[in-house]
This record gives sequence, C-alpha cells and structure tokens, in this order.
Amino acid sequence: MDAVPNPWFSWDYVERNWGEVSDQLVIHTTLTLQAVAIALVIAFPLAVLARRIPRLAGPIMGVSGVLYTIPSFALFGLLAPFTGIGRTTVLIGLVAYALLVLVRNILVGLQGVDRDVVDAARGVGYSPTRMLFAVELPNALPSIVAGLRIATVSTVALVTVGVVVGYGGLGQLMFRGLQSDYRAQIMTATLLCLALALILDLILALAGRLATPWLRRRAS
Amino acid sequence: MSTLGDAWTYLTTWENWTGANGLTTPTYDGGWRFSQDSILALGIEHLWLSFAAVTIAVVVALPLGLFLGHVRRGGGTTVVVSNVTRAMPTLALLTLFAASAIGYGNTAVILAAAIFAFPPILTNAYTGMADVDADIREAAVGQGLTARQVALRVELPLAIPLVAAGLRTSTVQTVATVPLAALVAGGGLGVIVNTGLATQRYGQVLAGAVIIAVLALTIDLVMSRLQRLATPAPLREAAATAV
Repeated sequence: MDAVPNPWFSWDYVERNWGEVSDQLVIHTTLTLQAVAIALVIAFPLAVLARRIPRLAGPIMGVSGVLYTIPSFALFGLLAPFTGIGRTTVLIGLVAYALLVLVRNILVGLQGVDRDVVDAARGVGYSPTRMLFAVELPNALPSIVAGLRIATVSTVALVTVGVVVGYGGLGQLMFRGLQSDYRAQIMTATLLCLALALILDLILALAGRLATPWLRRRAS
Repeated sequence: MSTLGDAWTYLTTWENWTGANGLTTPTYDGGWRFSQDSILALGIEHLWLSFAAVTIAVVVALPLGLFLGHVRRGGGTTVVVSNVTRAMPTLALLTLFAASAIGYGNTAVILAAAIFAFPPILTNAYTGMADVDADIREAAVGQGLTARQVALRVELPLAIPLVAAGLRTSTVQTVATVPLAALVAGGGLGVIVNTGLATQRYGQVLAGAVIIAVLALTIDLVMSRLQRLATPAPLREAAATAV
C-alpha cells in the first residue's frame, strides 16, 4: 500500500488554501499589534511612575515579574473560565507578557538619561511634563525601541499558544496540520510566523532609526 | 455551581490527586506511563520532562558556551541563536517534531523544550567567560598559568554567577513550556487544563492553571535561591544586574 504523500512543504497547499492561511495571518498580525500597543499604553505611565516615585519601582517590577513567570498556557487557562474562549482571553494574556519587557526597558531608558541634560533643561525652566516629553522621552527612545522589538517578536511567537482557547492565529493551522497529519500546513504556518516576526522587527528597527536622527549624526 | 467552587471541589477531592488507579498505568506494550488522571503523577511527569530537557540543554550548551567564551569566538552566533529561538513559536517546533519521525508524545516534548532551554545557558556561559576582566586574565598568565589553568581556575569561578543565572532562566522557562505537551498527546500538568477545556469543565481548567502557575513560581523561587548560593557574596550585586 502506498503511503499518502506527506511533504514538508507544498506550494500547491499554499495556493489552494491561501484564503484560510491569509485569514489566520491577518488575525495573528492584528492580535500582535493590538497587544503590543495596549501594553505600551499601560507600560509607559507605570514606568514614568516608577521613575518619579522610586519606592513604587519595586512593586511595579515585582507584579509584572510574577505575571511574566506564570506560564502562558496556565494564564490562558486562568482567564478562560471568566473571559470565555476566544480573542479577549488571548489578548489579555499577550498584554500581560509584553508588559514586563516594556516597563523594564522604558524604566531603564528613563533612568539612563544624562543628569546634566536634565539639569540643563530644568535650568532653562522646563516644566516636569515638558521635561518628560521633550527631554527624557527622546533620550530614552533607543531603550524603548529595543523593548518594543523584544516584546513584538515574543508576542508573535506567543500568539500560537492561543490554540489552547481556540484562537491562536497561525497556531490554529499548526495544530490542525498536526491533527490531520499534514506537515506542509505546519511548516507553512511556522515559516509565516518567523517571517512576520522578522518583518515587524525590521519595521520597528527602521522606525527607531528614523525617530533618532541625532544618534546617526553623532556616529558619522 | 460557580467555576471557583468547581475548582475548589476539584482540588479538594483526594482521588484527583492520587488517580483512580494509582500513579502509574500499564501500557499495551507491557510498560507503564504516569496516570493522566492524577495531579501527583502529572506533576512528577512534569518535573521529569523539565529535568530531562534542561539536562540535555546543559550537557550540550554549557561546555560549548564555556569554550566559546574562553576563546572569545562566536559571540555573534550566540546572539543570532537566541534571537531566532525567541521568534520561533514553541508550538511550531512541538507540532513539527510530533509530525516527524519522532512522533507524538513525551520525546517530542523533551526535544522541543531542550532546544528552547539551550540559548539562555549558551549565552550566559559565553558572556560569563568572555567578559572576565582582561587585567585578571593577564595577571594569571603573568604568574605562569597555562591557558587551561586560566580557563578552569580563573575564568570559570568568575563566570559561575552568570552561568547560574542562565540555568535559572532556562529552567523556569522549561517548566513553563512543558504544559504545551498536552497539545501533542504528551503528559505533564498541561493535561489537566487541556482535558478540562475539552470537556468544558472550567473549574478543572482553573484548578490546573493555578497548579501550573504555583509550580512555576515555586521553581523560580527555588532556582533564585540556588543562584544566590552559587554566587559568592562579593559578586552578588553584579550578578543581579547582569540578567
């Protein structure tokens, strides 16, 4: 008896199923971007707070550290009974994981701003708000971009664990490929995951470069 | 009944801990496997899978990282390795292994988890050895130590804190990865959550998730104590800021 062909990759599969594949790719991409964006919106004030009130730095880092240590599989399991299975559960989990990396990097960036620069800005009469957005934030940008890149790449990989609650983007294809024992489906989803992580990472790196022209001028 | 109540009932039912027929179940080929209806058996299996994965990673990555760090070569490669594995979904590797000749079950889980346990150990062993102060190394060479003695008696002791930190990261991460085994018919505590979701017993899902979370946090605590013990007091502050 001839075994059913089970190739590791097939263009034919990709062409025939592009509709389904691209649907999951879109879900995967939007879920990643949404999670990182929400995490950034939460992480920024937390990091600023930890910077302004050093006594809060310990608890803020501690709580995000504990969230980060809880395995994703367990976190989705903890949330599922309350938020149901589907997008919301996965999104909350992803935000929780991106949080630690972002808070840590923004905080490190803010702490690394040259004291002389801050003193000079205060000397010419900058208000605390203006100081934050016009002096501290631009100076912390390299560290923030580095954090965003790590958070984004990890989130792309983490979305697949959403399979546990039936909403894993490209992970759904991997899981179904395994259930129906079709290798090309798993491989296609894997390659798209890696490509997505790489592309988002490059875009962020480029955006970071464009946002900090003074660093290039200094280097050249 | 509420989900919380169900979870409590699940956790306080003795039979859920010991399994209906003991901790092990005979298999058809005359062997045995851990009972999949016992929290204790699944917990032991979970620790065994994690231990096996980390051991494989240590055996391969530790000598490699220490050697590359000693000769100060391949730093770029170690960075690339850790970046690629960050982008690689665990589920992808797990399903690829399960669909390959390795097949479903615990072997695929151990191999996939070992690959993800690899980079933190490699990177930290490399950095620990390579970042030893050049003055210290030169002083040792000046006193007549051979390259081998410099590596074993000077660089290695100074690298221990970072090596321990890498081992901790890698172990905690592995314990967190192993629950995914349930998706490829492997064992470990993920089975409780997965079975609960499949049978819509959300109390069991919650209980399983709590057990996994507590285990991960406990392992993190234990490993951080071990890391502290392995680090000589004067080096503790440096190690805490390094990773």
